[in-house]
Amino acid sequence: MGGSWSVAALFWLAVTASSMTAYAAGSPPEPIAELAPFVVTDGIIAEPLQGRIGDAVRGRAIVANRQLGLCLLCHSAPIPEERFQGNLSGNLAGIGSRASAGQLRMRLVDARQLNPSTIMPSYYRVNKLTRVTPAQQGRTIFSAQQIEDVVAYLLTLRDDRGALASDAIRRIRSPATENK
Amino acid sequence: MVFIWLLPATFAAIGTEACAAEEAANKAGNKITDSRKSGYDFMSASTQALQNDDSQNPAMLWVKDGEALWGREAGKDKKSCASCHGAAPKSMRGVAARYPAIEKKTRRPINLQQRINLCQKDHQHAAPFAPETQEMLRIESYVGMQSRGLAITPPRDARLAAFTQKGKVQFEQRMGQLDLSCADCHDNHAGKKLGGATIPEAHPTAYPLYRLEWQSLGSVERRLRNCMSGVRAEPYPYGAPEFVELELYLAARAAGMKLETPGVRP
Ligand code: HEC
Ligand code: HEC
Repeated sequence: MGGSWSVAALFWLAVTASSMTAYAAGSPPEPIAELAPFVVTDGIIAEPLQGRIGDAVRGRAIVANRQLGLCLLCHSAPIPEERFQGNLSGNLAGIGSRASAGQLRMRLVDARQLNPSTIMPSYYRVNKLTRVTPAQQGRTIFSAQQIEDVVAYLLTLRDDRGALASDAIRRIRSPATENK
Repeated sequence: MVFIWLLPATFAAIGTEACAAEEAANKAGNKITDSRKSGYDFMSASTQALQNDDSQNPAMLWVKDGEALWGREAGKDKKSCASCHGAAPKSMRGVAARYPAIEKKTRRPINLQQRINLCQKDHQHAAPFAPETQEMLRIESYVGMQSRGLAITPPRDARLAAFTQKGKVQFEQRMGQLDLSCADCHDNHAGKKLGGATIPEAHPTAYPLYRLEWQSLGSVERRLRNCMSGVRAEPYPYGAPEFVELELYLAARAAGMKLETPGVRP
């Protein structure tokens, strides 16, 4: 029975405890007066949001944080210290070899533009939402910086030897920035 | 836990394609193998064991207290539930299995907690228990337990159809900052792991129930509020008409499944 207690305690509903600990892995999403503009071309957002430079170490912490990133509720990822990863979707290991920065950014910003019926939340969208809890109204799930941090981290997941890839994290600039 | 069920009229009225197919099968006189699963079926053996054994099931503490409340006199006429209804095992058998139901005066659906409150106000002339208070959960679980083992049986009442339909619309409506619907998880991803939790099919088979996570008994509305805040949507207040509509739809969706009240969940 002890097992089921701890599983329950780690459960996603902790997202409701929108305490500051939720933001430990990054800056709190700033209230969004206006979204940073971005251009979608062929299912890709090529330019970093607000020209920000992603930090893969911060990105990893965001992905590992269930309250902030939520990624591990649905995906598994090569983050071995986090138990109870979800299986609603695929493993993120190796994603950096399969997708470009522009594709990943699009996927995070608003995956519904790619597939309207996907359950993957749109991390940088505030329109067309219903009954959002007052604390989150008008706010995106991620700030522009957090989007770039997570993109930078995902790009480090270069192959399916996930644990190795995560060990190899260092601060990198996302290729889209470097190409500018 | 596979059993055979016949499709009740109320559920067929909801009219999804699957329903239509099942209804046709029913008309042809076939019985359908039921693949629906209670949340119980998704639990670990140790949590199931807690529910199986009344002497270990923590929810039984509430039921026991509820039994005392059933006989407690209250209000200016000093009446208890028992003064009107007699022995609950007889008079309350099957009641929880058919709620929510239409209330005569307002002609609107009410859930079991609201029914209990109406009795307190109109018949007992006593102060009603506020929703989700310990007292309410005690009396509700005592009444609920009298239907243990019975099939969930929404009333065959045409007036319910429109409300049940509204519940279905809500069930399929995306909501909150995460923009997910109940159906996204419970129709389309049941059985999968959401982090550490297995997503059940959302059948209200065991309420009120003891959740290890809550360390308390709670009603189905408490569960729905948790799911809503989970997707960062604003939960409705207890007893809101929207909740009763959702409960109606859940009951229609689970019609024929057996009640386990008082259950245990992780
Ligand atoms: C509520 C579920 C859910 C959450 C939370 C979620 N995803 Fe997803 N994600 C999916 C699903 C389902 C897909 C599969 C494709 C689709 O449905 O569009 C997907 C696809 C992806 C893909 C594309 C995978 C591929 O192989 O092409 C990436 C990358 C991704 N998610 C990253 C993330 C990251 C990073 C986070 C957190 C910041 C996250 N996801 C949060 C459900 C989710
Ligand atoms: C993001 C996924 C998700 C969404 C969206 C969601 N739920 Fe749930 N729901 C869960 C999970 C996970 C559990 C089980 C929790 C546990 O066992 O720890 C659950 C449990 C339930 C239960 C309890 C089942 C039982 O056996 O006791 C009901 C009823 C329910 N949900 C109804 C709803 C309704 C109605 C909605 C929409 C208002 C909804 N859920 C939205 C994930 C979700």
